[in-house]
Amino acid sequence: MSKAKVGIVVFPGSNCDHDAYYVFKDVLGADTKFLWHKEGNIEDRNIVVLPGGFSYGDYLRCGAISRFSGIMQDVVRFANNGGIVIGICNGFQILCESGLLPGALLRNQNLKFLCKTVSLKVENNKSIFTYKYDVKEDIDIPIAHGEGNYFCSEETRSELIGNNQILFTYNENPNGSVNNIAGIQNIYRNVMGMMPHPERASDARVGKTDGLRLLQGIAESVV
Amino acid sequence: MYVAKILITLRKTILDPQGKAVEHSLKSLGYDSIKDTRIGKYVELKIDEKDESVARTIADEACRKLLANSVMEDYSFDVIKSEE
Repeated sequence: MSKAKVGIVVFPGSNCDHDAYYVFKDVLGADTKFLWHKEGNIEDRNIVVLPGGFSYGDYLRCGAISRFSGIMQDVVRFANNGGIVIGICNGFQILCESGLLPGALLRNQNLKFLCKTVSLKVENNKSIFTYKYDVKEDIDIPIAHGEGNYFCSEETRSELIGNNQILFTYNENPNGSVNNIAGIQNIYRNVMGMMPHPERASDARVGKTDGLRLLQGIAESVV
Repeated sequence: MYVAKILITLRKTILDPQGKAVEHSLKSLGYDSIKDTRIGKYVELKIDEKDESVARTIADEACRKLLANSVMEDYSFDVIKSEE
């Protein structure tokens, strides 16, 4: 039985929270609960998920307002104490805005909202997030974003490469991201963010399953 | 009372695809002398302070902490006395 206790943070405007809940709870059988941003308590959780969506209507910048919501102060503390945090899509944007991950996500270079399945390459499988994949394995995961163009300074880019923080890259860059980056981890290796949606590729009945090993790996990494 | 008029734009080194798209439209209208178009945000803050330098400091902090993301954006502002 998995020891994972998953908390899915729900902001006004989150819309992939139920998908993430479904995979952790119903597909993987993990103890999972929603954490409403105003009253959610992350104390008894050991994995926190910031799901996709349009939190606070993407006002000002994607993720900029969520960063200051009450629960995010707890999430930052939780992450700084070594807790596992994953941000998917809007969750990745929130992690960048809150400083838990470096860089920022710009408007897609072609200005289009992209909603399709893309091919990713697993760049690093020595992480609690990706150890169930082979290194350089190609996987198919859906994207659905208008602001997924990962950007960072040249200095940060060198650090990401030097510290093996890049987990996933796009085989064909859809949005203009620096170094084709689709997902990264922090330097302490307990926080991960990615634009593609592994939770939408985790049940054969509704499509592909290449995302399942990611979420399963995270759930099983808690011992 | 002071009003801070804040402009936020993508950093100069970052491609602004929205600006480029608009620039193409301007070109198609015949404005060949327009060489660069960049699109940003305008934010206006009413700040209830007596001292202009305090109002400036507040506007600057607001930009740094929330209104602009220094990874990708630059900001500038004017602070103007307001009678309201």
